[in-house]
Amino acid sequence: MLSPTVLASTIIDASPVDYLIVFLYFAVVLGIGLLARRQISDSLDFFLSGRSLPAWVTGLAFISANLGAVEIMGMSANGAQFGIPTVHYFWIGAIPAMLFLGVVMMPFYYGSKVRSVPEFMFRRFGTGAHLVNAISFAVAQLLIAGINLFLLASIVHALLGWPQWLTLIIAAAIVLSYITLGGLSAAIYNEVLQFFVIVAALLPLTLIGLHRIGGWSGLKDGITSAADAHPDAMAPAADQLNSWPGTALTGFSSDFLSVVGIVFGLGFVLSFGYWTTNFVEVQRAMASNSLSSARKAPIIGSFPKMFVPFITILPGMIAAVLVTEVAHVKAGESVAGGSSGDGVTFNDSLLYLMRDVLPNGLLGVAIAGLLAAFMAGMAANVSAFNTVWSYDLWQRYIVKDREDSYYLVVGRIATVAAVVIAIFTAGLASNYTNIMNYLQTLFGFFNAPLFATFIVGMFWKRMTPTAGWVGLVSGTLAAVIVGIASEDALGSLSQGWIGISGQGASFVAAGAAFVVDLVLSVVVSGFTEPKPADELRGLVYSETPREDLVDPHEKTYPWYQRTLPLAGISLVLVIILNVIF
Amino acid sequence: MARIQHTAGVFDIRNVIGGLIGLYGIILTLMGLFGDEEGDKTGDVNANLWAGLMMLVFGIAFVTWARWRPVVVQVDETEPPADPGHDPGHDAG
Repeated sequence: MLSPTVLASTIIDASPVDYLIVFLYFAVVLGIGLLARRQISDSLDFFLSGRSLPAWVTGLAFISANLGAVEIMGMSANGAQFGIPTVHYFWIGAIPAMLFLGVVMMPFYYGSKVRSVPEFMFRRFGTGAHLVNAISFAVAQLLIAGINLFLLASIVHALLGWPQWLTLIIAAAIVLSYITLGGLSAAIYNEVLQFFVIVAALLPLTLIGLHRIGGWSGLKDGITSAADAHPDAMAPAADQLNSWPGTALTGFSSDFLSVVGIVFGLGFVLSFGYWTTNFVEVQRAMASNSLSSARKAPIIGSFPKMFVPFITILPGMIAAVLVTEVAHVKAGESVAGGSSGDGVTFNDSLLYLMRDVLPNGLLGVAIAGLLAAFMAGMAANVSAFNTVWSYDLWQRYIVKDREDSYYLVVGRIATVAAVVIAIFTAGLASNYTNIMNYLQTLFGFFNAPLFATFIVGMFWKRMTPTAGWVGLVSGTLAAVIVGIASEDALGSLSQGWIGISGQGASFVAAGAAFVVDLVLSVVVSGFTEPKPADELRGLVYSETPREDLVDPHEKTYPWYQRTLPLAGISLVLVIILNVIF
Repeated sequence: MARIQHTAGVFDIRNVIGGLIGLYGIILTLMGLFGDEEGDKTGDVNANLWAGLMMLVFGIAFVTWARWRPVVVQVDETEPPADPGHDPGHDAG
């Protein structure tokens, strides 16, 4: 096995048992790639898993594709900094959007037999909107894959002391080999496996941390006394321990505006935009074996998703009390060290908590879980990228009408190219960390108007192809303008014309994008030519026969396997969670 | 062609998950029994032992599930009229 050059200052002390556990994980990941290879026979197999996967597999993959390390580290960081209001990302943001995708939008995606979300754009609005969507999506995926890879390398460097370039290349090689071998099936199976490894890593971490701190009441006491001691540096304890009105998260001084910002900006625009139109997620559901399974994938995924905060946000909150370094950071001091080397940040909360509470053995499982999260996040981006590149850009605009096996080769080359580009992006990110952050914010802005365009396009047959691309472009511009006008959303580009900052600024930017997109779509549709009605079957609600929107077999299933009852249970559960916290 | 390959390719993800987590369970249980408990970190709980036993139970449960209800993919596809209109991949193949 590898003999790591241990730095004097690694954050944790890994033993051979920990390495064995990590090694076993990699062996299984590659094994899945090899096994999945036997099943690839055509390009649909490679890109959409031959539409053959059962609902619980695609459902878990659906949330796993998003449960990357950026998400885990980010949510625990938010938990450490803001406390419980972070749950809005899950219970107001993700869950309602996932249910909406399954109940309302999936029949159009799956039923119209498009192979990607941009392809739906093409069928509904034609070239303009398609190009905007496909190109911005493809570029964003490369960038995000690179950022994932860079964070992975810096964390492995901090934890185990391996040089960054070595980690970059090993991680990239592993992701590359299992996707080129096994295509989307391998990516999805690995995501499902990764989900369980992450739970196995984070659940003991949370439980032991909670035990150490004296349970829930101990955590509350710790947060309260810290907040009382440092009223300048952190939000009052009551704000950290209750999800509403969440002023600590939004940065708005008015309770009412804060609630509106969370419900409309985060919940309605940002989350619906992300979960219902982001092909990385939707691709997982499209790989299902029937319309019923495709609709159930996000709904089944919503059940584990609503409990993810307990193993991401909660350990972040625990770390802010239990871990000396993180507690100091929260009190407004700067502490040397951290995974970046330039000082501890909230992003390091989980790493330090691992160091403080996990014995060797469980530590290995935790490292494997983090690595799993990084690689699965990257694999999800790469596998979505190669589909959009091959079908939406190459086949549609560059080399048309070739045989299927040709596009399978294109897909494999695109995968290799994506991974190589991601390595370079990661190198770039290590030199220009801030620029990468702002670029990521910028791509978030591309996401914001998408939901408006999709939802109007799906339910209003008069919406014209011109309105499609005008809405997207103007909505994105509106978000960028708000970002520039805010205090800090785009770093030094931001001018501070209006007094919003932090998360609140991105909620407002998203809201502006949505409204501008909506208004311009309606106005432009007023004096441009809509598509003929017969081209809109399967794409627009009023032009699609009702029987195309439901799975004919669904009636024969028991109630607990049907889409609507499952969505109803999920909705009730998430309302209960919102009331409790 | 595609249909036959999909049903014949029996590598059940549940066995893989159960196998890996179960193996972790064995390693952690052994660590818990024979390794350093590191009670100062865990608050005097034998965390490796407990986590190991839980993972072992989970792993066995998943493998048992896979034995008890073999390959979900196969069950869905043997339903005679398996979505003729909604299954372009298989009909094309």
